Amino acid sequence: MQMPEPDAAILARRPQLLAGLRRLVDEAGIIADPIALRAYESDGLTAYRQPPMIAVLPKTTAEVAAVLRFCQQEGVKVVPRGAGTSLSGGALPLADGIILGLGRFNRILEIDYDNRCAVVQPGVPNLAISHAVAERGFYYAPDPSSQIACSIGGNIAENSGGVHCLKYGLTTNNVLGLEVVLMNGEILRIGGKHLDAHGYDLMGILTGSEGLLGVVTEVTVRLLRKPETARALLAGFPSAEAGGQCVADVIAAGIIPAGMEMMDKPATRAVEEFVHAGYPLDAEALLIVELDGPDVEVDHLLERVRGIAEANGATSLRVSASEQERLLLWAGRKAAFPAVGRISPDYYCMDGTIPRSKLPLVLQRMSEMSLRYGLGVANVFHAGDGNLHPLIMYDANKPGELQAAEAFGADILCLCVEVGGVLTGEHGVGVEKRDLMPTMFSEIDLKQQIQVKCAFDPAQLLNPGKVFPVLHRCAELGAMHIHRGQLPHPELPRF
Amino acid sequence: MSIFSPTTDEDLAACLRDAAASGQKLRIIGQASKTGFGQAVMADQVVSLGSFAGIRDYEPAELVLTAGAGTAMAVIEQALAEKQQQLAFEPGDWAPIWGGAESTGTIGGVLACNMSGPRRFQAGAARDHFLGFTAVNGRGEIYKGGGKVVKNVTGYDLPKLLAGSFGTLSAMTEVTVKVLPRAEKQRTILLFGEAADAANRSMISAIGSTYDIGGACYLPAAQAQRSQVDFVAKAGAAVTALRVEGSGPSVEHRCAALRKMFGGDSEELHSMRSVAFWREIRDVAPVRAPLGRVLWRVSLPPVQGAAFVATLPAAPAAEWFMDWGGGLVWVSLAPDMAVEHLAALRSAATTLGGHATLMRASDQTRRDLGVIAPAALEPLMRRIKESFDPAGVLNPGRMMAGW
Repeated sequence: MQMPEPDAAILARRPQLLAGLRRLVDEAGIIADPIALRAYESDGLTAYRQPPMIAVLPKTTAEVAAVLRFCQQEGVKVVPRGAGTSLSGGALPLADGIILGLGRFNRILEIDYDNRCAVVQPGVPNLAISHAVAERGFYYAPDPSSQIACSIGGNIAENSGGVHCLKYGLTTNNVLGLEVVLMNGEILRIGGKHLDAHGYDLMGILTGSEGLLGVVTEVTVRLLRKPETARALLAGFPSAEAGGQCVADVIAAGIIPAGMEMMDKPATRAVEEFVHAGYPLDAEALLIVELDGPDVEVDHLLERVRGIAEANGATSLRVSASEQERLLLWAGRKAAFPAVGRISPDYYCMDGTIPRSKLPLVLQRMSEMSLRYGLGVANVFHAGDGNLHPLIMYDANKPGELQAAEAFGADILCLCVEVGGVLTGEHGVGVEKRDLMPTMFSEIDLKQQIQVKCAFDPAQLLNPGKVFPVLHRCAELGAMHIHRGQLPHPELPRF
Repeated sequence: MSIFSPTTDEDLAACLRDAAASGQKLRIIGQASKTGFGQAVMADQVVSLGSFAGIRDYEPAELVLTAGAGTAMAVIEQALAEKQQQLAFEPGDWAPIWGGAESTGTIGGVLACNMSGPRRFQAGAARDHFLGFTAVNGRGEIYKGGGKVVKNVTGYDLPKLLAGSFGTLSAMTEVTVKVLPRAEKQRTILLFGEAADAANRSMISAIGSTYDIGGACYLPAAQAQRSQVDFVAKAGAAVTALRVEGSGPSVEHRCAALRKMFGGDSEELHSMRSVAFWREIRDVAPVRAPLGRVLWRVSLPPVQGAAFVATLPAAPAAEWFMDWGGGLVWVSLAPDMAVEHLAALRSAATTLGGHATLMRASDQTRRDLGVIAPAALEPLMRRIKESFDPAGVLNPGRMMAGW
């Protein structure tokens, strides 16, 4: 992975820049010590590490604006960071850039049950919102697996999903308002407690923009009333086809479960050895279907789902009879990543989405690749929405295995695109999938996205080197003819 | 003015490139069913996307549908109905608001106007169901955004920007939307004779309950009387309506629980009556006629619905109804109302934390007031416009005066 060449002139001015930043943020908000900076050297994609030049931790919107304005004037790159749990390297620092950490924005500012929303600072962990409103029976719906740690500001940047997003939507469907600071220090307030802000949907384009368009300093999220009950059904199938058909039939029957998760045999085995959830080890595909709502609805729909599973040849069936049992059925699925981590020294988690009907084909092709690369793979799958998480097992201490795992992963994502899917369903592009973007988008498609970036950040100082494979200067895009490999200014940095 | 109807993406792209080079302005239409929505566009040429029609791919079990942007909504709705599915954001049949024929409009137009109906607060607007597109930008480049699967975060979410952009950013040729199962059953609880503030509170407590409400509106007595649904029209009182959708046993259980929760005088609309009632709300029937009256759509924090309607003029009387539990108010005002009174309505909406969209008024009034509230964010929006359409070819002035 090639990152932009550090700018020696910026690095040489580090003392002056540090002095300038110290005038804007309190002492506790400036981290310049090389050892302390190592805490920021990577996010959840730990294969890549790079300490930042300086880490800045402001605590007010005005400070964020001042820092960004200063960096813009000085030509310094800025990488925003929430809790640093990104799996795609979205918060990977730059050697000649600052990390702008939002961790001190950690307060829930307002809970407004009547308007069914909460106003929170971006550093508040996702799950803390649900905890804060649980006493009145409310919750915040998007539940990425890292929800205990990941911040709501990071959720905005990545448009995070979770196991319940088929029914309840991604982050973008659950946000009402944002306060955002642009790279030039301008503070924008978008939306509020009403629906559908007027004009272009700035909230929509900012959500999922991976920290390239603005820095979020306040979020108004939608709250939902927690359903009366949730129950889960576990079904084992003799083939991926049968499991996939069961999922299709559930949806065709007009049922949108709260969650619908599938695991293949290797994943099931790894998990069962780890948590002993009572999963059937003979199943080629294991399906967990969760239904939520009033008791009467959940009971009724569970019976229908059971019937559909039986009609598709389920070899084992189990319905949770208690909340404890429901949590046990989920415990295995939720432990899939650490379980694979137990049987393999390292694993690499992928995140493509496919049309669900292509699942058997994709699993087949993946097992061929697995043989070719000599690396094992276990699959967990948000089956309802086609979001696949292959976990490639490798050993970083064996020469070449990390590279092989990355090549295998890239092949899987290209396969997802080939069958009509996309490179990432919820983890984001970041640095990880940056260079694969041309498999899904043409040069013109990407150019239009970069033009949007230029409308927000013409100097391209905010989180450069992420998402887009080639850095075009905004002015250069004004001219209409850039051909691959024939860029007009070869002296400009490209990465 | 002649209408140019390209039949291929390449023809459309050539047309836009020529326009950009020669400084021409284009008005982009599907079926022109919502031309009254937005400001009048001064254009040299009309470009129809009507030839980009037809469903290209529809996989009910994948929950996605791909169609030409010019595909008639009637065609889409028919295809979905055959598979017991729907567009959950419930776009209305709005052409009659401006005197147009019923059952017109295209899927591209619905998305470009970011339409939504009574289920908005539960299920989202067009933006929330718009997955991907192919379009031609103002530079005449064919490009795509988003994808064709329900879960995708690859690159910027350009469908969000195009939703609600009124054709000012790009001319879409193909769109992919998320579709969802239609509920097996629906019923509507009617509460009678509540005052606006009491109704606002009832709706908020219903939506905040575990009974999963998929529609909550309030009609003052005069508006209720106009309904074609007998139980509503003959109520002789204001009507608060709560929609419950889902599987049979669930709907029965939730309706019984809600009636118990509210007590008092209530009634239930079953199946066809419930469907007919919400169609009226979706299509703005309670305040749509007569055409000469000025029409506003006001989005608010839900608790402010009653406070907002209390600011409306008594003489000549405003006609209105609340939807989205109070989060949306449709208001019709007398045609001869002075511009300063109209402006007062907009500032009341802004003061209460929302915004007012001028849905129907004379060209002059729309010019004077702006169809959408002037936004502090306008400079950024203008830069976004220029990033798609630097020469200002596409629907100039439709959304924002001057560009």
